[in-house]
Amino acid sequence: MLQLTPEEIAETLTMITQQHFDIRTVTLSVSLTGCGADSVEGVAARVYERVVRSAERLVPTCERLAREFGVPIVNTRVAVTPVAEIAPAGAGDLTPIAHTLERAAAAVGIDFIGGFSALMHKGIGAADRALISSLAEALSTTERVCASVSVASTRAGINMDAVLLMAQAVAATAEATASRDGVGCAKLVAFCNIVEDNPFMAGALHGAGEPDACVNVGISGPGVVRAVVQSLPEDADLTRVAEAIKATAFKITRAGELVAREAASRLGVEMGIVDLSLAPTPAEGDSVADIIEAIGVKRCGGPGTTTALALLNDAVKKGGAMGTSSIGGLSGAFIPVSEDAGMSRAAASGALTLEKLEAMTAVCSVGLDMIAIPGDTPVETIAAITSDACAIGVVNGKTTAARIIPVPGKRPGDTAVFGGLLGSAPVMSVSEWAGATLVRRGGRVPAPLASLRN
Amino acid sequence: MKTRAILSVLGEDRVGIVAAVSAALASCGVNIEDIRQTILSGVFSMTMLVTVDEETCPFDRVQAKLAEVANEMGLQITLQREDVFRFMHRI
Repeated sequence: MLQLTPEEIAETLTMITQQHFDIRTVTLSVSLTGCGADSVEGVAARVYERVVRSAERLVPTCERLAREFGVPIVNTRVAVTPVAEIAPAGAGDLTPIAHTLERAAAAVGIDFIGGFSALMHKGIGAADRALISSLAEALSTTERVCASVSVASTRAGINMDAVLLMAQAVAATAEATASRDGVGCAKLVAFCNIVEDNPFMAGALHGAGEPDACVNVGISGPGVVRAVVQSLPEDADLTRVAEAIKATAFKITRAGELVAREAASRLGVEMGIVDLSLAPTPAEGDSVADIIEAIGVKRCGGPGTTTALALLNDAVKKGGAMGTSSIGGLSGAFIPVSEDAGMSRAAASGALTLEKLEAMTAVCSVGLDMIAIPGDTPVETIAAITSDACAIGVVNGKTTAARIIPVPGKRPGDTAVFGGLLGSAPVMSVSEWAGATLVRRGGRVPAPLASLRN
Repeated sequence: MKTRAILSVLGEDRVGIVAAVSAALASCGVNIEDIRQTILSGVFSMTMLVTVDEETCPFDRVQAKLAEVANEMGLQITLQREDVFRFMHRI
């Protein structure tokens, strides 16, 4: 007997064919434990072997799953142990390991591989320095390799030395990819309270607490949520809006849960998590900014934006929490400027500023994301913007991140074009009153007191 | 392995749609468990619950066979595993 109504079946088909519903990423998280060796070349050889052996069936398995379920899987990716953790003692240049990751990613047919990373929220090791100094070369000579650096946490505070080093790496990476609007920086992100099971790039890595390998799935669906909100009457109150988003988030998450279970089972690895983030794409209508506007803000970035985003973010989590018992990753709405056509439009019109994005960071996932700034922005200013994002994460016990792209040769109002899913964005103006002295002081901003929370 | 799946057909109404789809399914050894069909403003809409015996004919072969029918008759046909709908619409 058909237990489903034709309306329910039609709803799912409409979500897929007209509202950009898809599984954004199936990310195989792979431990590199045991890949250590005495030389960079030795490590690289073992890493290649491990990644290719672990991920060789990932792409065909996901293609088959997408066909059977009729739900597109947009990206298949691999995340590995932070490379600085397995770097040989005394290594100077870790770029060869990035090149190895690129070759392995190409060999198994995935679009991104994450984990060219270092964890420096408390202290900076020799391998961390080697990784940071390799970033510009590594990111400008590879296409698929993604890098992330942990510079702050609620338990450790903000490591300002790490923040400044990272800002220098961002500037150097932008210069090294100057001919492509600094696109190398789109693959480089600084984190506060980095998560160990994030399936999304550029921040995916395989955490120390993870099994040998597992499957982490990132859901999508801004287009579906926007359609649902738009279908409500204009006088529907906010409780109804939240309710509608919750019901939709449940359905989206269930599809993610099903794909995660099946992919893990077929690949013979553990199912890790389902990440409840709403991840926009540059496709028209697949935008978190459009949802905020559908809720009732004239243009994303205007007064009311933080309220609408808080409502959206919370409702997605509440609906998603019913859909899976394995919530993880970042699990919050993404607000990348270049990857979201609505955000990009709002920034171009002047409605959305860097300062407003920082406020939005406080109520959703990784806020300062894919933001193009003038190429001549001082390193200290990049560091200060990053540390402000970190401060919000440290004090509020949440993950925040900064993926900032200084665009060489471009000024506020110019457009930076990164291509494909990375989209394009107007170059945003940056305050000239940055705390250069603050970041130059170095040292650590101490971890905050966890009580007295006002 | 037997896989339960939902077949959805959408298109302009004409003679022989049910026959063509059913013949394609039969040729792949697919059993029809339930059918619901209606015409709305001249648009033919049919939903079937079917069981695919993957040992007789793999899922993607059935999909390819249905794609041929869809092309020949100008229809939109999708075959998806039933659990994706059950997961999304039932707690």
